[in-house]
This record gives sequence, C-alpha cells and structure tokens, in this order.
Amino acid sequence: MDLAYTEEEEAFRARLREWLGSVLPGLPGKPDPGDWPGRRAYDAGWQRLLYDAGYAGLHWPADAGGRGATPTQHLIFLEETERAGAPYVGANFVGLLHAGPTIAAEGTAGQRARWLPPVLRGEEMWCQGFSEPDAGSDLASLRTRAVRDGDDYVVSGQKIWTSHAEVADWCELLVRTDAQAPKHRGISWLAMRMDAPGVTVRPLRTLAGSTEFVEMFLDEVRVPVSHRVGAENDGWRVTMVTLSFERGTAFVGEVVACRRTLDALAAEARRNGRWDDAVLRRRLGRLSAEFRALWRLTQWNVSEAQASGGVPGIGGSVFKLRYSHVRQELYEAAAEVLGAGDALDLDREWVLDRLSSLSYTIAAGTSQIQRNIVAERILGLPKGR
Amino acid sequence: MDFQLSQDQRALRAGIRGLLAGRFDRDRMRAAHERGGGVDRALWRELGAAGFFALRLPEAAGGVGLGLPESVLLFEEVGRALLPGPLAATQLAAGAVKGVAEGEAVVALAEAGRPVGHLEGADALLVLDGDRTRLVSGGALRRLVDEARPVRSLDPGTPLWRVPDLSAYEGEVLPDGARLRCEGALLAAAEQLGSATRSLEAAVQHAGEREQFGAPIGVFQAVKHLCAGMLVRAEPARSAVYAAAVTGDPVEAAAAKLLADEAAVDNARDCLQVHGGMGFTWEADVHLRLKRAWLRSGQWLTSADAEEVLAADLG
Repeated sequence: MDLAYTEEEEAFRARLREWLGSVLPGLPGKPDPGDWPGRRAYDAGWQRLLYDAGYAGLHWPADAGGRGATPTQHLIFLEETERAGAPYVGANFVGLLHAGPTIAAEGTAGQRARWLPPVLRGEEMWCQGFSEPDAGSDLASLRTRAVRDGDDYVVSGQKIWTSHAEVADWCELLVRTDAQAPKHRGISWLAMRMDAPGVTVRPLRTLAGSTEFVEMFLDEVRVPVSHRVGAENDGWRVTMVTLSFERGTAFVGEVVACRRTLDALAAEARRNGRWDDAVLRRRLGRLSAEFRALWRLTQWNVSEAQASGGVPGIGGSVFKLRYSHVRQELYEAAAEVLGAGDALDLDREWVLDRLSSLSYTIAAGTSQIQRNIVAERILGLPKGR
Repeated sequence: MDFQLSQDQRALRAGIRGLLAGRFDRDRMRAAHERGGGVDRALWRELGAAGFFALRLPEAAGGVGLGLPESVLLFEEVGRALLPGPLAATQLAAGAVKGVAEGEAVVALAEAGRPVGHLEGADALLVLDGDRTRLVSGGALRRLVDEARPVRSLDPGTPLWRVPDLSAYEGEVLPDGARLRCEGALLAAAEQLGSATRSLEAAVQHAGEREQFGAPIGVFQAVKHLCAGMLVRAEPARSAVYAAAVTGDPVEAAAAKLLADEAAVDNARDCLQVHGGMGFTWEADVHLRLKRAWLRSGQWLTSADAEEVLAADLG
C-alpha cells in the first residue's frame, strides 16, 4: 500500500502543471450553453491544444495514436486538468471515451487510421446511438434494423438520449442485423455519418430546461458495410468493451470538482451563518468523508487497473453507485446552505447543478441495473429477472 | 503509486487469518460469547508470540518493526473473526506497559462517560478523558476496579463496568495522546471493516443457499440489491481505512472511522434482514457482529465527533 507517486509520475505532474499554467490564460471565453457551434469550436480548440502538446489520447495504446500512459499518469492528468480549471472533454466525450476506445480495441488497422486521428486532433466529434424508446436498461432488446443491400446496410429505427448529436460528425450506432437470433447475438456496431440522408434529429428538453440530448430518427439511412466495427452480430460484445471504458476512470475529474464544491459550500455556510447549524455542519463533514473515500477508491481502482495491465475492472459499478448517490446528496446539502429562498433562484450557484444531478442515478446504467451487475458479476448471486 | 497490498502484506494477512481460523474458529467464537466474553489469556499469549502486540515496536526494542498499514490488516482480520478483547488499546500500549509485547498483559480502554470493557483482570487502563490520555495502573487501578459496578452488557463478547468518575484516578500522562486516539480510531475502523465484510459474505452465502418460491432467494432483486448495497458500503470504507493507515492523517482517520462504523452496523443489519427469521435468533452469528459494531461505534471517535473533525477541515 503506497500512495506516494514515483519520481517519474511527479515529473509528469510538474510538466503538465507548467503547461496548463502557460495555455489556460490564453483560452477564449466559454461559449453559451445553447450555442452549439460555439461549443464545438471551443471543445475542438482545447482538444487541438492537448494534441499539439502530446496529451491527446494519453492512455490509449501507441498503435491507436495514443501515448501509452499508465493508469496512474492518466489519473494525474485528469486530476491536474480539473484542479487547474481546464475545459471539460465536452463534445469530444463520445469520441475520446466511448467510440474511440472501441475502435482502438476492436477496429481494423484501416478503421483505426481513418477514425482515431481526427478524434485525437479534435477535428471530428462522435455521438452515441445506443438507447431506444423501448430499449433503455434492457439495451439488448433494441430494434433499429440494418438490412444488407450490396455494400451497404440500410438502417431504419429510432434512437434516444443522444448527447452532442447537434455537433457530431459520426454516430456509434447499435443496430439489429439478425432478427431471428437471441437478442444479444443479433446486434452489430456501425459508424454512421450524421449528415447521411435519412438522419433526423429532434432536441429533447431536460428538466433543467436545457437541450443536452436528442431523439434521432433513422429512415433508410445507408451505412457502408466497411463502417461496421467487429463481426456482424458481434456488436453486443463490442459494446461491452465500450461500456467497461465508460465505468473506468471516467469520474476522476468530477470527484476533484465535488471536493472543491464542498469546500465552497463550507465557506458560504460560514459566511451566511448557517455553519452554526450543527446538523448542516455535520452533514457537510459526512460528505467530506464520502468524497475523500471516493478519491481513495479511485486510486485503489487505478492501482488495480495498473496491476492488471490497464484494463478497468467491474469495480467501476461499485464506484458509480456510491458516487452518483453522494453527488446528489452534495447538491441537497447545497440547497440547505443556500436556504429555502435562494435554493429556488436558478441564477444562484448550485441550483442548476442540483437539477442536473438528478440524472446521475439514471444515466450510463441506472443504480438498479448497477446493483444487478454488482450482485451477479462481483458477488456471484444467481442471475434472475 | 501502488495502493494495492504488497506481497508481504498479503502474506501477513494470510498468516493472521490462518492463526485465527485454527485457534478461534466458529465453535470457539460461540463458546467465548456464551461464557460472557472476556479475554482468553492463552490465546492472548499466542497472539503475543506471533508478534501481534509488538508489531509496531522497532526491531531494536524486540518488536516486529512494521507500520500502521500492517496493523490495520491484522485488525481487519480480528474484526472478521469477532475476537473479543481490548486489542487496539493493548497494541497501542506496547511500548508503555510491561508484558504487553509478549501477550502477558491486557490494557483495557476507558472513555469518559462510557462503560469500560474488559476491566476485570486488566493490567492497565488506557484512559481517554477530555484531552488527557493516560495510563492508570497499580493501586489507582485496583481502587478504580473496586468502585466500578458491572453492567448487564448488550454485547455478549464484551463485559462492561460503569466507573463513577474517571477523572478521580491518576496515572501516567502519555505525551502523544492525539496520535494514540487517531490510531485507536483507525484500528477500531479496521475491525469494523472486517466485520462489514464478514456480514456481506454471510448474507451472500445465505442468499445463494436458502430457497423460497422454488429458487435461491438471491435470484430476487429485493435481496440482491441489499447485498449489492453492502458491498457499496464496504469498499469505499476499505479505501478510506487503508489510505488513513498509509497517511496517518487524523482527518482521514476520522473519515475512515465514520464510514467503517456505518458499514459495520448497516451491513450487520442488512445481513440480519437477509437471514429472515433465523437472523433474529440467538443461534445466528449476525447479532453478535451487530452488537460489537454498535459497541465499537461508540469507542475512540463517535460519528458525531468524526463529522465535526471533517467539517472543521473544510472551506
């Protein structure tokens, strides 16, 4: 058990800090959340800076254009960029964290060469077409059909909860290629151009009032067979590779941010007098224990991944269950700090965050599905319904 | 950074687990609790011979020369096995009380306002009284024992006595009281962690074996999700306990104690629930873990105090 970073790791951190200190002051102002072209340009610009400095695809393998960094270096990268207030991954999220790693792991050499460099350079953005109106937690029951016609698939169906679809060039799409096979064995993974004829996108408004995701209608969209990653009908396994990345180190930056928010809440409570309320004070103390533990659990998981050759374990489900719950608690405490009046004012800090946090126990696998995963795959309880 | 256990640490854990499995199996654990708990002096000496109490004394002083992380791994196993006795206070007093290192002496823990466990026969008493930490022994300890009154203990493994006024007994004031309290809280947290893990394992085993409606009850999500929740309590607590052992930081130790107390108590309760009617019987072991977890929650650092320590560090 050693929490000290090696000399090499500390040198990596020092170089990164120096670089962040030199580039962050020169960044343009953040675009308005509703300004999608502005958001794309901003996120692309940041990714290009990372690429030019050698930080893009840090932990990707070298044959995918990455730097082959260790999980610990990746952890340091995420920690330091968040600490320094660097831009979030934003519209590059799916490309860098879902589609890219899937192509890196399962794509042919030609597919890697075609799709990965533009992701790393911030030139092409991806979105994710997995969920459907009738295939949410039961993702494998998806019904969007792809029928072979010469060198193309002809794809028809409906997708939902697609983030960043407004700015994406590509969509990682799950389709049914064999309607007769058992549901997990008739799915294929396709890369679809978002400007292909037959793709219609309709924004969905969230309870926070913003349009962070869309529903997507596919009407006889032609996707070249060469844009399939993995074998036909092997898409479920290919997808699981993606989801295991989603549950790996994805929350490092968020935990750092939550700890900073908690400090800010304590400072505000001291300022406005609510700190004298022992119940609230102790509630903030308990949250501090939670986020400290989540940070240490992150280091534990990263060490485990490093020992196993870089593969994130299914321990990510344990992390996500606790984290998503505690982050909701954080904004409940924020409402207490603000007081009953200010907690109703959308222009006050943390009020919109409180609304956004309601998605954490739903997105990327609901807490109920995560508990099934933990119980069946980690604890070994019998599979059921 | 490598937060995982080293080979030596794994070997140490396997060693103590093996010793306890051989010397304190379930039958002996139940027998110890049926006779009202208390310290088994023969086992205490065996632990001493194995280096349990001298673990952190420097090798030059006849100790094993290991650190807080190794100590935490031992106490996790002690918590798993539900071994009774003031093990944390005794190990922490290894350099200060004669005979402790060899397993010949027992040092009980006394905290202001709470009953004292394992008082009868103790060779010394580690007293946490306000900000003062001191060792009471000899004539003062004999007077204290005379004036103490037995309590009908909630925990069958821990005989308890009530002492009217701890401040009335003088002793040797220890210079590093703050460190002792921090480490005592952490060792108790490690025991809680071991207990929480054992409750999880017992619940999962029962859920896989017990059949109702023609299937093991672990098939049902209502049961499955209780078990998953137990792991989600235990694993962050484990990271917090191990990290605090590495850093020795008092705020991290407070986080560890808070989360481990909660994991031990709530996992025992959920384990009891998974066992249904059997969980409510004397015969099931889970009530013994729950009662000990309640007892330990009140020792060294309570949840309320831990939350205040953590809050004071914010902002």
